[in-house]
Amino acid sequence: MHFRDELKQRAEKVRDKAAAIGPDVDLEVFQKDPVDHAYLDEEDLARLEGAEREQLVMSGLDLSMKDRGGTFFQKDTSVIHCKTKAEGVEVLSIKQALQKPWIQDYYWKLVPVDADKYTAAAELDLHDGYVIRSLPGTRSVYPIQACLYLDREGLQQTVHNIIIAEEDSELHIITGCATSPHLKKAAHIGISEFYVKKNAKLSFTMIHNWAEDMVVRPRSVARVEEGGLFLNNYVCMKPVRSLQMYPTTHLEGPDAVARLYSIIVGSPGSEYDVGGRVYLKNPGNRAEIVARTITNGSRIIARGHLVGEVADIKAHLECRGLILNGGTIHAIPELEGHVDGVEMSHEAAVGKIAQEEIAYLMSRGLSEDEATSTIVRGFLNVDIPGLPEPLKREIDRAIERSDKDVM
Amino acid sequence: MLQIEDLKVELGGSVILEHIDLEIRPGETHVLFGPNGSGKTSLLMTIMGYPQYRVVAGKIMFKGLDITSLPINERAQLGIGISYQRPPTINGVKTRQMVSVCGGGAVDVEGLARKVNFTGFLDRDVNAGFSGGEIKRSELLQLMAQDPDLMLFDEPESGVDLENIALVGKTIARLLQKDQDEETVNGRSKMRRKMERTKMGLIITHTGYILDYVAADKGQVLFKGRLSCVSNPREILTCIGESGYEECVTCILETS
Repeated sequence: MHFRDELKQRAEKVRDKAAAIGPDVDLEVFQKDPVDHAYLDEEDLARLEGAEREQLVMSGLDLSMKDRGGTFFQKDTSVIHCKTKAEGVEVLSIKQALQKPWIQDYYWKLVPVDADKYTAAAELDLHDGYVIRSLPGTRSVYPIQACLYLDREGLQQTVHNIIIAEEDSELHIITGCATSPHLKKAAHIGISEFYVKKNAKLSFTMIHNWAEDMVVRPRSVARVEEGGLFLNNYVCMKPVRSLQMYPTTHLEGPDAVARLYSIIVGSPGSEYDVGGRVYLKNPGNRAEIVARTITNGSRIIARGHLVGEVADIKAHLECRGLILNGGTIHAIPELEGHVDGVEMSHEAAVGKIAQEEIAYLMSRGLSEDEATSTIVRGFLNVDIPGLPEPLKREIDRAIERSDKDVM
Repeated sequence: MLQIEDLKVELGGSVILEHIDLEIRPGETHVLFGPNGSGKTSLLMTIMGYPQYRVVAGKIMFKGLDITSLPINERAQLGIGISYQRPPTINGVKTRQMVSVCGGGAVDVEGLARKVNFTGFLDRDVNAGFSGGEIKRSELLQLMAQDPDLMLFDEPESGVDLENIALVGKTIARLLQKDQDEETVNGRSKMRRKMERTKMGLIITHTGYILDYVAADKGQVLFKGRLSCVSNPREILTCIGESGYEECVTCILETS
């Protein structure tokens, strides 16, 4: 564990360093002590009932495990379930992984531990987190599910996740973050490091269901090697006090591709500062960032940043926002081309629902409310190429469930 | 029956239609001619109930009910449908879903789409990147699913290539129960079916091509916001072709 001593020293130095963007959060007010929960086997999980079950299902968790290749479930600070049935896929907690020498090649290798007070906290107050790794040449039919659940009022949950898709492998992950129905105030700090190796394909679908007084600070970086594909989907339809994240992807090999999709519906009083950044560093790199945001009285900053460093790259950024019931949407699309021969574009639009579209649907017999809801759902219905059917279904379900909140 | 009495309509504060009287009886199809900007589309939008077309005088009756102030969807539910010339794109809403909405969820979407060669478009967003002809087929498909009693067609043949014009024409004829290619259908004679016909149509056309497929009962010319005559649609078309709209309106007014 010597290697962590040096990391801790670096972290200590930035313990109070505010992040480059987003409102500063006083982490002192949150509890960091471990909260013990009993381990649950598959039958226990299947027996979960009531509002808690509903929260988990909403975050994409399949408690019957039927359509999942493996499950990682952390409640507060304790791992309460960790199992894989898919061949060629390893799922373990980061605490377990830290006992193994190979983890040193991945742990804090993409995200700098001394970026800000949140990365520092993730090292100094680490609770747990998951490591999911697909072995070379393997293909998982069913997605692996990971759930980070918050139950203890006032807790700062601190996790570190590492996802590795080895050469020529295909890995799909759905991860849900949720809070128990009674919880009001807590913090979630999550580090995620993604390694997509040569010709591997990784899809990562994250569904957030937070509470009204939650502070959320994820920090993620992905590294994609030659011919690799990284597909990152993010869905957040529930309130949160403050969420700020700006995941970064580095396309480190020729023909590597990154696609980032996010769907955010902002509730009154919530503040979201979200975006995606992709560095295109090799010929044949492709990147697409698509964001759909709706505000119902929230404040949303939707960022996007594409950096083209060599010729023969293509990148597109699409950022559309809909102001339904007040609030603000601030779209900040950035394109940065450094040489001749880059092909980069963006389209950003912020507005309201066109009356013409409502009237069109009404003339086919829908009421004004039905027409509006159909258009809103269409707006959030993003076609995500390459996403397996069960994951598409989870995204559709998340959108459908929140339909009444949106209206 | 559709009855419009002494209708006056404003759009953005200016009068765009005035003294409009129109009566379409069950089984009748009317053709509406008129130069660009004469108010043809405005009349269709007013009948459909678009709120920006403000009715300041007169009334619109449909099936014996005063619908002048009914919202669009209630008119649709009463049995009025429209085929738009330039409908909006609805992102994320598939054509399949739209057709299903039109049919109240109880239609064979694939089966209907086959009739207008449109199955390949069902999984595309409504009107997204559709060509002129594709928009028309999409609109007709939606009307087929909706099956309204009064159908308003805004230039159904504009932008349609020669190959598809027959398909569009025949589809409209079928919608309006005017498809009488064969003498006897289901053991009923041509005359008998004509008497049983209930569907009403109002078709805007510039070219008159549609008349080759749909036997329209009456023609009307809308000129400078006023409906100027009721006559045989073929005669009107010939007259417009020979002497222009203005001359045609005067001429027909004089003779009638």
